[in-house]
Amino acid sequence: MGSLSKGFSSTLGKKLIMGLTGLFLSLFLVIHLIGNLQLFNDDGGKAFNEYSYFMTHFLPIKIVSYALYLSIILHAVYAVIITMRNNKARPVGYAQVNGAANSTWSSRNMGILGTVILVFIVIHMKTFWAEYHWGGLPYVQYEMSLQNPEVVRVTQLPFDGNPLVHTKFVDVQNQTEVVVAKDLYFVVQQAFQQEWYVILYVISMIVLGFHLYHGFQSGFQTLGFDHVKYKPIIDFVGLWVFSIIIPAVFALMPIYMYFAH
Amino acid sequence: MSGNMNLTLKVWRQKNATEKGKFVTYKADDISPDMSFLEMLDVVNERLVKKKEDPIHFDHDCREGICGMCSLYINGRPHGPKRAITTCQLHMRSFHDGETITIEPWRATAFPVIKDLAVDRSAFDRIQQAGGYVSVNTGGVPDANEIAIPKVIADEAFNSATCIQCGACVAACKNASASLFVSAKISQLALLPQGQPERYRRVQAMVAQMDEEGFGNCTNTGACEIECPKEISLTNINRMRRDFYNAKFFKEEEIN
Repeated sequence: MGSLSKGFSSTLGKKLIMGLTGLFLSLFLVIHLIGNLQLFNDDGGKAFNEYSYFMTHFLPIKIVSYALYLSIILHAVYAVIITMRNNKARPVGYAQVNGAANSTWSSRNMGILGTVILVFIVIHMKTFWAEYHWGGLPYVQYEMSLQNPEVVRVTQLPFDGNPLVHTKFVDVQNQTEVVVAKDLYFVVQQAFQQEWYVILYVISMIVLGFHLYHGFQSGFQTLGFDHVKYKPIIDFVGLWVFSIIIPAVFALMPIYMYFAH
Repeated sequence: MSGNMNLTLKVWRQKNATEKGKFVTYKADDISPDMSFLEMLDVVNERLVKKKEDPIHFDHDCREGICGMCSLYINGRPHGPKRAITTCQLHMRSFHDGETITIEPWRATAFPVIKDLAVDRSAFDRIQQAGGYVSVNTGGVPDANEIAIPKVIADEAFNSATCIQCGACVAACKNASASLFVSAKISQLALLPQGQPERYRRVQAMVAQMDEEGFGNCTNTGACEIECPKEISLTNINRMRRDFYNAKFFKEEEIN
């Protein structure tokens, strides 16, 4: 145990924690993105609301989500610890630094990029995560004909103080499947009717792209993965998937919600 | 002489480690473009001496790019604007007439300023002493080529061994991390059979000493690799990490 904690308290060990949590958070982004693609479904939010229920009530996912919250906290706390040591390692700075000559802008600004992302995460979780868990969310009822499941009848259920529950049943008499769900989709719709909110999200996703441009491949290096055979693949995936495609599709969501409603 | 340059130098002057330093501006007129950067400073110093002023202190020794003694952070880059050379190999033709050149010492807590542009790099020596060697028994001289080493391994070890301990990696790093230097010194031995017996003790001892000296964390910016006059590769740092994790997390018999 002593040697383990010694290993993690060295400069290399602290960076190992940054790398592990960072790559775990990157993996989460992929899952989060695939799930949120439900927003693009034109079904009154049925798929999205059912997905939200699943993500918050399926035990293995709940366990992983706590690992995720812990990772965000560890990543941020260790970033502060590491930065403090780095500042102490050079208390008198240079008068002139030509950083562009030897490193990417992203790699030199991970701290500020990460801080913006952290602020974004707090706002993001306040608006959707906290609302979903503790906010007085309205419920919505979806009725689908069993013969033709494409036809969906959406009824907003007013919030009347009596807590409703997530239900899904087949009404044999009326030949319909009925789903009653917390209407997170409505909250998303409302949030992205505000222009400043859409702008905030788009900017945050650009920042995320820059953070991951350095972070993704740096995380693998920190773990010691560096090989002529797969380094180019890591760099390629880091650039195209994690710093361009994922942030771009995330940014499309508020834009789509803004124009579609 | 025609073709000579008139330059303005902004030089960091600091009496000693404890006193606060400041930039002083000097005129360096009539400088030949064929001079090396250090020769240019020699000329400036001769003129200062003639005026009975304190000459600018800077480190230098071999002046042919192999000793690792010269330093200088020139116009925002260690060893100046050119790739893969030391300051002594930098020539004034890399600058233009009328240019203002900013000259600073390496800046790191672990490299305290001795005077002006000269810094104390003995932190590197202490890291080396912590484990950057191979213990051998005295005795008869072994046969050459007794231990077969594949060419690629020998080449890679040699590349790591070209490190001249100048400290440009620390100077270039925005975190003042010594990872490139330490990892090169670890790699040159870890790659070879002679380095195996002490391989995991070495990496732990040298990393511990590196942390002890107050160098920063490596955040993989890659600035060190670009600014290294000997083009030591970033791969060394990742090799050091693998050995370190191996020692700390996988080989319990190797823990220091």
